[in-house]
Amino acid sequence: MRRAELAMAVVLAVFSCYLMWKSSELPIGWIPDRGPGPGAFPFWLAAGMLACCGWIILRWFRGVGPLVKSEEAYMDRHALTQFLLGAGSLGVMIGLIHVIGVYGSVPLFLIFYMRVLGGHTWLKTGTIAILTPVITFLFFELALKITLPKGFTEPMFYPIYDLVY
Amino acid sequence: MMEILSHLIDGFAIAVQPMNLGLIIFGCALGLFIGAMPGLGSVNGVAILLPMTFLVPPASAIIFLAAIYYGAMYGGAISSIMLGIPGASTAVATTFDGRPLAMQGLADRALVAAATASFVGGTISVILFTMFAPPLADVALAFGAPEEFALMMLAFGTFIGLGGDDIPKTFFSIFIGLVLSAVGLDIVSGEPRLIFGGIPGFMHGVNFLVLAIGIYGIGEMLWTIESSRGKLNVSQATVSVSRILSCLKDLKSTIKSMVMGSFLGYFVGILPAAGATPGSLMSYGVAKTLSKDPDSFGKGNVEGVVAPEAANNAASTGSMLPMLTLGIPGSPTTAILLGGMVIWGLEPGPRLFVDNQDFVWALIASLYAANLFAVLINIAFIPMFIWVLRLPFTMLVPIIFILCVVGGYAPTQDMHDVWLMFGFGVVGYLMRKLDYPMAPAVLAIVLGPLAETSMRQSLLMSHGTFSIFFERPVAGPIMVVAIVLFLLPLIKMIKDRIKKPAEGTDA
Repeated sequence: MRRAELAMAVVLAVFSCYLMWKSSELPIGWIPDRGPGPGAFPFWLAAGMLACCGWIILRWFRGVGPLVKSEEAYMDRHALTQFLLGAGSLGVMIGLIHVIGVYGSVPLFLIFYMRVLGGHTWLKTGTIAILTPVITFLFFELALKITLPKGFTEPMFYPIYDLVY
Repeated sequence: MMEILSHLIDGFAIAVQPMNLGLIIFGCALGLFIGAMPGLGSVNGVAILLPMTFLVPPASAIIFLAAIYYGAMYGGAISSIMLGIPGASTAVATTFDGRPLAMQGLADRALVAAATASFVGGTISVILFTMFAPPLADVALAFGAPEEFALMMLAFGTFIGLGGDDIPKTFFSIFIGLVLSAVGLDIVSGEPRLIFGGIPGFMHGVNFLVLAIGIYGIGEMLWTIESSRGKLNVSQATVSVSRILSCLKDLKSTIKSMVMGSFLGYFVGILPAAGATPGSLMSYGVAKTLSKDPDSFGKGNVEGVVAPEAANNAASTGSMLPMLTLGIPGSPTTAILLGGMVIWGLEPGPRLFVDNQDFVWALIASLYAANLFAVLINIAFIPMFIWVLRLPFTMLVPIIFILCVVGGYAPTQDMHDVWLMFGFGVVGYLMRKLDYPMAPAVLAIVLGPLAETSMRQSLLMSHGTFSIFFERPVAGPIMVVAIVLFLLPLIKMIKDRIKKPAEGTDA
């Protein structure tokens, strides 16, 4: 936790500087009759973020603050594996939406998570992996009229569109 | 008073329309399920399910979400008692005595006590709400931009002064939420701001839902996966009608704690940003102090279940008061509700009581109804909620992730927002591990646009001098209280410093 506390504060400080620089591309001063410039609000807030990071970093070097003496690992092996599997599979699923669409990647994600990680039976996995996209389709596409991205599988849905619209 | 009653009757006429009534019952049941799942609470449920409510008209959608909010407050107690893991932070205090009761084989007693206390807390607070809201809205009608800005400072000040989290990290969370709210086209000049190299997805700004679902959906799930190591130990509960009736009879002696918890919870809930968690913890503390037998607390005293449960339900109603009348949410959940109302074109704040009277009173009436249905469904289906606790995470997690992804896509229909939400979820999780509080950021992104407009308008009125926030009769005192709250941690730090050397010389 000790090192992570400092690393996070430094990363966030750099990000704050970036935001300040980006905000200052617009006027940050007072514009007569129009009030503060459009960049002023984000600029000073980002400056506030930077000040907070400075506070955390300073505190760290003085050896005070809640996490400074923590010997606990920021992420032990178990946490790291769980995080990589959870966030990683979700990231891959979102990425696949661009290619094979929601109705391709959702079942794949469910099969991976339930069967491979959870060890559920094929019957249970299969049922959920089929029902979820079907319910999603009925709810979003039919009831809400929101078309979800389908990637290259789009043409496969034309017959259904013809049927319902 | 008669006027309030007649409005309330009109409200009931809308709330009991078949669709609204159906949504109240469905919302309560769903909320109970969500609340019962360890790690998920009202804020997660409302954030993840908000995009699903685009199906129904705005008033019905808010009624549905409020019912989920209520149901989840009831449900939180279920996992606190049966697993010893609070369903949400609002139910932490319920574990103190609820878990020992369950270990002694009295789980049903604790569950019935929690449900009954929630009902009492909910009912008392809705009555208080009905009496307080219209006069407060009347007063607030006269508020201008400086008063609005001062109120927002008060909301942020409460996080700093009373939030109890690490101070620089809380400040950081507020600032980043406000910066994110500034992304997109500037409201005054129309110039694009912070669009990060002209990425088109940033032109429409960062939707608050993207941040809320990222943090409360994805981030929370990542957190739950990590913290739920090993097998969960679900207590056994024997439930029968006769046992429930005898439990109800026993509760007579705890009425005092219930009423105390209800009032305390309600008033703590009204404070912007304080919400149900401190309310329930305070109520537990007061019940213990007032009890004739304080030593039995923590070992399975029913009063230790009743007091926090009455308080957390009362606080959830209390936190809706500033949201509806002032447009300042009292808790993260109401912040999301407020953002939802803006999406639906209902401008929260005092004008709501004038322009959308039907909606306001239908919502208030629906709170009465939701409270009744939540207690009935809760007690009637105790065995089913215990079954929910046995659902494996490897089934729940992917389904919730999918809900987040499609829910994040639906409002803007832009994959950019889905990626952004994923990013917020991951970064939020990594920051939360280092004790960066996330609720202030969500509140800030919701309040950001309003805060910026009211500040810029005020400064235009005063030709750029900040004294306008202190000179006006209403804005002034609010601003002073806000500043005191901001300085509270500093005052405490100085006090500790003075104390420490004194202790040092003693030794």
